[in-house]
Amino acid sequence: MDAIILQILNGLDKGSAYALIALGLTLIFGTLGVVNFAHGALFMIGAFCAVTLQKLLGLSYLVEDPTQKDFLGNPLKVQVPYIEKWLGADLGAAIIDWSVPLAILLAIPVMLIFGFVMERGLIKHFYKRSHAEQILVTFGLAIVLQEIVRFFFGANPIQTGAPSALFGSFDFGVLAGYGPDLIIYPYWRLIYFLFALLVIAGVFAFLQFTTFGLVVRAGMQDRQTVSLLGINIDRRFTAMFGIAAAVAGVAGVMYTPILAPNYHMGMDFLVLSFVVVVVGGMGSLGGAVLAGFLLGILQSFASMNEVKAVLPGIDQVIIYLVAIIILLIRPRGLLGRKGVMED
Amino acid sequence: MLGSSRQDHLFLLFVIVLTLATPILLQPFPENSAMAQFNAGYPDLMQRFAIYGIFAMGFNILFGLTGYLSFGHAAFLGVGSYSVVWMYKLLSFNVLPGLALAVAASAVFALFIGYVSLRRSGIYFSILTLAFAQMSYNLAYSVLTPLTNGETGLQVYSNDPQYLLNPQSPTSPHIFGWAMNDSTKLTLGGWEFTFNNGYYFTAIIAILAFYISMRIFRSPFGLMLRAVKTNRRRLDYSGVNTKPYMLSAFVISGMYAGLAGGLLAAMDPLAGAERMQWTASGEVVLMTILGGAGTLMGPVLGAGLIKYLENIFSKINEGVLHQWFSWLPDWLSDSLITVVKPFVGDGWHLTLGLMFVLVVVFLPGGMMEGARRLGGMFRNKPDGKPVRSELRPAE
Repeated sequence: MDAIILQILNGLDKGSAYALIALGLTLIFGTLGVVNFAHGALFMIGAFCAVTLQKLLGLSYLVEDPTQKDFLGNPLKVQVPYIEKWLGADLGAAIIDWSVPLAILLAIPVMLIFGFVMERGLIKHFYKRSHAEQILVTFGLAIVLQEIVRFFFGANPIQTGAPSALFGSFDFGVLAGYGPDLIIYPYWRLIYFLFALLVIAGVFAFLQFTTFGLVVRAGMQDRQTVSLLGINIDRRFTAMFGIAAAVAGVAGVMYTPILAPNYHMGMDFLVLSFVVVVVGGMGSLGGAVLAGFLLGILQSFASMNEVKAVLPGIDQVIIYLVAIIILLIRPRGLLGRKGVMED
Repeated sequence: MLGSSRQDHLFLLFVIVLTLATPILLQPFPENSAMAQFNAGYPDLMQRFAIYGIFAMGFNILFGLTGYLSFGHAAFLGVGSYSVVWMYKLLSFNVLPGLALAVAASAVFALFIGYVSLRRSGIYFSILTLAFAQMSYNLAYSVLTPLTNGETGLQVYSNDPQYLLNPQSPTSPHIFGWAMNDSTKLTLGGWEFTFNNGYYFTAIIAILAFYISMRIFRSPFGLMLRAVKTNRRRLDYSGVNTKPYMLSAFVISGMYAGLAGGLLAAMDPLAGAERMQWTASGEVVLMTILGGAGTLMGPVLGAGLIKYLENIFSKINEGVLHQWFSWLPDWLSDSLITVVKPFVGDGWHLTLGLMFVLVVVFLPGGMMEGARRLGGMFRNKPDGKPVRSELRPAE
């Protein structure tokens, strides 16, 4: 039993990332009708927002430290970040330590602008063109984005740590009445899961309880009627693209302590997230979230040694296998609406 | 001959001459000139032109004719490569049994994947093929290691059985003793031409493949595939079962991909799982689009162009750039180099991605449409008007 709880917990953080990316993909597909293969790249750019902020905060200058000597007996020069000079040593160090959560504040405006520019500059011209062409152009864009990131940050993963206060693990076993150290779960992953829930709830609340969201939902149902009512639906859909980009971006920011970001992480997540969207049902927001968590948990179950002993290699293929089965027996996906992309 | 028109014969003849004369045509610059780095008449590169040409031709039979966008064709490329290397390991370095197995194995593989994937169309078809290819790729890296040798890649070791190995035959890929990497060099003035056995072997296969693809394009079967692209629902309503046609097209294009993968291993006796990665599938899509999907010649040209640019761009480094711009004033050459540098060398993929976006945005018909538009501009005749060909998926 404890092993099962552990696997469910392990699946949650990956599932959260899938769910967040898939949510954005579905938002874009549901509103603009565009299949966005560059969404993984947006996730990656979010992660690199965190890297950039960390590097910016770490900018430093040399000062002589009178208390320490180097091996020649001269005063040792140490690097002191500018931020510690400006804001005092304690506050500065704390800000550097908390750079990943702080990067969210940077990532949201950056990703909103980025999404806006991308939609107005490129995607706009592809509303009327076929899905194949949309896939191709966004695929090309994804290559361009990841190569630009590689040019600036290099090909190696960049370690970006969580705040040191959040190191360590949470012992679930004790809470649930099992022995200590049986079910432990790193704090940061727990935070990632809660954060994902918060973002998902935020997006749903935004769509459900605001006038803006109401119009967007109406537009998803019937774009033409909404624009006949004199509402500029295109502008709202562009805003939704920006929001979807921001969701992918913050998902990337918060994921950096779990996986050191590298330039092709977007592509790795993209393929899986697409599978998640298809399993959940194209255009169904709830389906995307549900399928994201479900597949994340399934994947972590499949990587259990007991399962692998029975079905070798199952951990590598489980997600694709599930997708194939779902597509064949229930093409509209788990929660897909009847008649939407059911062909 | 066999129902093809006179125009087709001329076209085929043109292609044959072009292919056979490639070692000469691609060496336009004398060996010692500054432009020699733009020559492309190296055996290795020419072989890749022919091989990826075959790959793109096969992909075009599926995508160009029926509009079904497969994102998993690299899987067949990998299957082909593995089959050939296995035949080396078990029999001998003769490439023929390997190629036969490559085509057969990829056909079986394509039959299975196609049978399942073709139950859906549009974006679902793309995702299904992608899922199958990623599954094969992941399996090749993990459970199938005894078959694929995992990350190291499959290669021939000295303790492999090689039952048919003849002590006199070459110890590299050959066809009845005719080694693939042997070539004849011809020096004429400042020019040097290399006539490579491997290239001519792949070229002859490529010509055959081209002929077959031309026959498919002109046949009633090809017409049926085009009808699927135009309006599948209408075909369904008129009582035509499109499934067997689609499946045949998928299997044929899988066999082309398997053949191309086999030839890759025939030129260089190695096979690695990275050939099955989905970026490789993306590459063949780009080749086809760049050349012009649905045209006979386009995909081959697209494959050639991409492989050529890849070769040239990856070779250029900062030193070469300095050499090029040395005649400019310093400040200008330095700023030019700063601008150009991200796009060459390691940055080749950036150029590729940009090309991809620009082609899809501005020239969805690819190079063939570009040529037609140019021709139309000069001729100024109504029939030369640009016809916007669209990459429409089957509904």
